Amino acid sequence: MAKRVVLCAAAVLLVITAGYASFFVAPQERTMGDLQRIFYFHVSCAWAGLTAFSIGFASNLFYVWKRKEKYDWLGVTCAEVGVAFTTIVLISGPIWAKPAWGIYWTWDARLTSTFVLWLLYISYLLLRTLVEEPDRRALLSALFGIFAFIDVPIVFGAIRWWRTQHPAPVIMGGPNSGLAPGMRPTFYFAVLAMHIFMWFLISERYALEKMRSEVEVLHREAETS
Amino acid sequence: MGVLSNAAALLGKEVRTEFRSRELLSTTIVFVLIVVVLFSFTFDPTTNESHRFGPGLLWLAFLFAASLMLQPCFLREQANDTLSALRLAVSDPFAIFLAKIGANTLFLLLTELLMLPVFAALFNVNFRGQLPGLLLTFFLGSLGISTAGTALAAISAQARMRELLLPLLLLPLLAPILVASTEVTVGLMSADPVMQWKGIGFLVVFDVVFLTALWLFGEYLLEE
Amino acid sequence: MASPAECKVGLRFEKVDKRYGTVYALRNLTLTIAPGECLALAGRNGSGKTTLLRIAANLTRPTRGSLSFSGIAENQNSHAGFVAHATMVYDELTAEENLLFFAKLLGVTKRKERVAELLFEVGLGERKDSLVRTFSRGMRQRVAIARALLANPSLLLFDEPATGLDPEATTWLIGHLKTLRDRGCTIVMSLHGESEVARLATRAVRLEAGSVVADTRTGATFQSVFSFTGG
Repeated sequence: MAKRVVLCAAAVLLVITAGYASFFVAPQERTMGDLQRIFYFHVSCAWAGLTAFSIGFASNLFYVWKRKEKYDWLGVTCAEVGVAFTTIVLISGPIWAKPAWGIYWTWDARLTSTFVLWLLYISYLLLRTLVEEPDRRALLSALFGIFAFIDVPIVFGAIRWWRTQHPAPVIMGGPNSGLAPGMRPTFYFAVLAMHIFMWFLISERYALEKMRSEVEVLHREAETS
Repeated sequence: MGVLSNAAALLGKEVRTEFRSRELLSTTIVFVLIVVVLFSFTFDPTTNESHRFGPGLLWLAFLFAASLMLQPCFLREQANDTLSALRLAVSDPFAIFLAKIGANTLFLLLTELLMLPVFAALFNVNFRGQLPGLLLTFFLGSLGISTAGTALAAISAQARMRELLLPLLLLPLLAPILVASTEVTVGLMSADPVMQWKGIGFLVVFDVVFLTALWLFGEYLLEE
Repeated sequence: MASPAECKVGLRFEKVDKRYGTVYALRNLTLTIAPGECLALAGRNGSGKTTLLRIAANLTRPTRGSLSFSGIAENQNSHAGFVAHATMVYDELTAEENLLFFAKLLGVTKRKERVAELLFEVGLGERKDSLVRTFSRGMRQRVAIARALLANPSLLLFDEPATGLDPEATTWLIGHLKTLRDRGCTIVMSLHGESEVARLATRAVRLEAGSVVADTRTGATFQSVFSFTGG
């Protein structure tokens, strides 16, 4: 219990600190001014989402191999946490874009790929609701999770190539394209904070899934006896 | 009996069965036709716009048609539990997938080739001389659609709401196919035809990745 | 024709569990079936008979425990002929086409002769060119049995083979099972109640809630193994 409280406190504290840093510590960006500060939040959420999906992919592979339910719990947990972070990315993008470019959405490579990624994992979660038997559900969703994840790099590549055919405004310069040295510490700190927060969410959701699964077992045993 | 000979035997049976009834092919072709016609109501198909939008709409129609056409793939094997008979008879379950992918690719390809002249006529598009390139694109695209589609059909056959589930799972997964196939087709059908090899590259990558994934994980899809 | 020397398959279920979600179809099942034995499996619906047969056929894997075979080569996939509730043949093909197709997959040599021979044996020679869709339940069962026998398997698994058969078809089935039994093939068949088919068995075992509760090998009588009311 103490561990959970510490992790929660650490996560919240770090995120608040990162928020403070992005507003007051990081230098102001030349062209967009204070508006650009959402970038620290937006990008760190994107990275945390991708990390969550990657962990989910690994646990999908482990489930297919080992068939232990803990990998199924971790799989669904990472999918949900990943979807949560990706939703934030898809919402914070337009919030940034409207004042910066006057449009809510643009079909640039990154946003479009993120949207497809989001749709894939929403499908994963929907699939889970449509298979009742727990072992079948675990196996089928693990397999779909694997297919979805290996598709993601191909999606990114193809859409980025598509964008070179039909250029569109880029909604964010990207962390590696000329991030000013002064911004780097804040950025990396924000990424770290988001990942700690992600870790916290995953451990909470995992514990919940474990409990839910145990209750389901008890429920069914009660029904059959 | 090796994987390839098993797959060939099963492919022969699938094709023979389909050509006997032709129900899958005929309904798929009509569906694509309907979708293409309906799409044409949504914009004015003057020559310029046709060239820009046409191929994309055509591929979208193929994708929708495929997500419906792939449903019976494993559902028909549930009727008399013939899937169990197949699993008992073949040495490697991958043969079952290879055969179904082959059959589905063939049916999709036939549909596309039949639709091509119709599309060209309706949208005033000239593709003369670009047939080899188009054939390659259609083949690689159909192979990708079939590979992913057959795998997901095996999944959705075991779930509820399978008619809606298969398109739901399949369409986002096929985004790269849609993008790459459309771009290559646009290139081939433009006034100054050009072959977009990078697009072909993406199609090949998709096909190889998913065929490999199915080879590695296919037997788990068929597990009881 | 399979000679007695070829049929020498034994099975050993060792503490097998099969779980579907929280339901145990088989629970700690330990059972050894000797080569050449003709075993009748009795039990109510849901006692685990079908699951046991499907595991023996390699269609399902145990959740825990193991199943080992004796007398089968490592890479032999077509070790068992399985006749289930479902016919496992294609309605839209003819009887002959079905059998030729499966024979091809199984790698049966001299397919055409083997199929013709089997069709004659099961009494469907006249109807070989009719679509299975047009067959009665009894005739479909015969096609299913022919399919199971294609590769001359040494292990035969029957899931309630006599269900839905008319008296004539049942007589034929009994005769056929007797021949296979006398050839030395290992037969495992699940049955609902004591019947003429059951009397072919050299041993009977009753399953209840996924475990063996009575076995003629350990002293139970045939009657006691089969005595339970319906279900």
